[in-house]
Amino acid sequence: MLDGVTGVVHVDGLRKVFKVPEREAGLRASMRSLYARRWREVRAVDGVSFELQPGEVVGFLGPNGAGKTTTLKMLSGLLHPTGGDVRVLGHVPWKRERDYLRRITLVMGNRNQLQWDLPALDSFELNRAIYRLPREDFTRTRDELIELLDIGDLVRKPVRQLSLGERMKVEVVGSLLHLPQVLFLDEPTIGLDVTMQKRIRHFVASYNERYGATVLLTSHYMADVEALCKRVIVIHHGRILFDGLLDALADEFGAYKTIEAVLGDGETVRMQVPRAETSAATARLLAEHDVHDLTVEDPPIEDVIEQVFAS
Amino acid sequence: MTELTAVRPSTQVSAARSLLDFYVTGMRTQIQTQFQYRAAIYMYTLGMVSEPVIYLVVWRTIANQHGGTINGIGAGQIAAYYIVWTLVRTFNIVFTPFGWEERIREGQFSSQLLRPLHPIHYDLAWFAGHKIPWIVLYAPIAVALSLVFHPVLHPSALGIVVFVIAIWGAYVIRSLNGFVLGMLTLFTTRATSIFQIWFLAELLVSGRLVPLTLMPHWAQSVAAWLPFKWTFYFPIEALVGSMSTSALLTGLLWQLLWTAIGGILVFTTFRLAVRHYSAVGN
Repeated sequence: MLDGVTGVVHVDGLRKVFKVPEREAGLRASMRSLYARRWREVRAVDGVSFELQPGEVVGFLGPNGAGKTTTLKMLSGLLHPTGGDVRVLGHVPWKRERDYLRRITLVMGNRNQLQWDLPALDSFELNRAIYRLPREDFTRTRDELIELLDIGDLVRKPVRQLSLGERMKVEVVGSLLHLPQVLFLDEPTIGLDVTMQKRIRHFVASYNERYGATVLLTSHYMADVEALCKRVIVIHHGRILFDGLLDALADEFGAYKTIEAVLGDGETVRMQVPRAETSAATARLLAEHDVHDLTVEDPPIEDVIEQVFAS
Repeated sequence: MTELTAVRPSTQVSAARSLLDFYVTGMRTQIQTQFQYRAAIYMYTLGMVSEPVIYLVVWRTIANQHGGTINGIGAGQIAAYYIVWTLVRTFNIVFTPFGWEERIREGQFSSQLLRPLHPIHYDLAWFAGHKIPWIVLYAPIAVALSLVFHPVLHPSALGIVVFVIAIWGAYVIRSLNGFVLGMLTLFTTRATSIFQIWFLAELLVSGRLVPLTLMPHWAQSVAAWLPFKWTFYFPIEALVGSMSTSALLTGLLWQLLWTAIGGILVFTTFRLAVRHYSAVGN
């Protein structure tokens, strides 16, 4: 471990700039681009810094194009950064050292590492050989993960016959057979129905609990984040807007609170009030009406996130 | 909480044995996959056989018009050349550089980069397994071709041994070359035009289109300094021709040299290419 680096994941001033060609539509622009090509710099990640501690499950949130996936790709060693310093488990990811790649995984919702025509068990066997896993350890881990995700009947079917959700579950197991210590999960529940999403969520939580792995998760489903992450990092236009507890996010960015009161005559009153006026509004409600029941709630996390991006 | 102990690779086996384990497992996986598509393999093989059969018919006709031989090569030897050609061609099937664009777009390259194994090993293992079912299914076609065209070949014992080694050598050289070419896709979106030039050169001076002995001397001299000859002409001639012991062994040394050059190019350019990889869209 380097001096000053304490976390499992240490990111300091990470930057990634893509140079993309640009031209107007039409034949004339097309001809002009032959001799005068225009380039534009896209700052996908612009000075991102954070630290993840062992065993943490952190939500990495942001709208499309915010820089989430680019960051995960740099952390997993797929992309070389333009600048900044990263250490994951003490390794520089883009050196792609074998010892490093054996200790991490990147699961992307749209990625397929399984052999399409064969049962997943054959792909798992291939992973055993790739990761040089001792057979006994491999068999134990494989059976344990299959049981944890309840996919015993799926792993014997050719992958092409599995539904999207079934394939994703099998894919996740395949990505964890080498028991990685750091999991980068990029929208692992994308396109799945509610039940499947819940299964994957429960599985990630169980894996984290059982093996103490560190997880960095991106998802557009707030249910994933609420179920798994105490801490969230919010990124927008390649920069971090918030890094802290999920609860604190609502405190900082929730513009309003919802007050719901059941009155004496059985009528239910529901109103949204600016955050700063919550106490006064509640007091006035209690003073002026016969209130049988009263609840004060933070806005849904989706609204809070929207507020963060808007800010 | 369980300790993450299984992340450590097996220390009981050497790296070489682990790699062998990967190759055996990868080949087995591909054999299973290919046998899922037996009918498709037959259709592909029939399509592939049509190329040498056309060459064979053309050269036999020319030979017959010249009193049965061309440059001292008889019609039966021409038949042998092109029937063995098909076997060598089947062995020579490698991951095409044209496939790199899809490999990148579909995220397969990202998957490979995330694993602790150089991607060249996947290609080598995959296509080593891939060709086994093809050769098994090609055998009856070879018998049929032999019955129709009456090939003449009298290989020596050394010729047979060299042939067996050389078809694998040819496969490795073509795989390495294909990999280096394919990596150009990471630098330019128009890499396919370069691939076309490469394969045109291969077609002309490898012995694929015409046995090299039927080519002008200057073309044979050029071919001697390029890798193509050692991936088609040399393995075929080892079995069909009457190469001397020294020519057979020198040929293997040339294959070794081109394997070393290909290997060095793969490993050096790979580092550079990966820096350019943008992993866009997957």
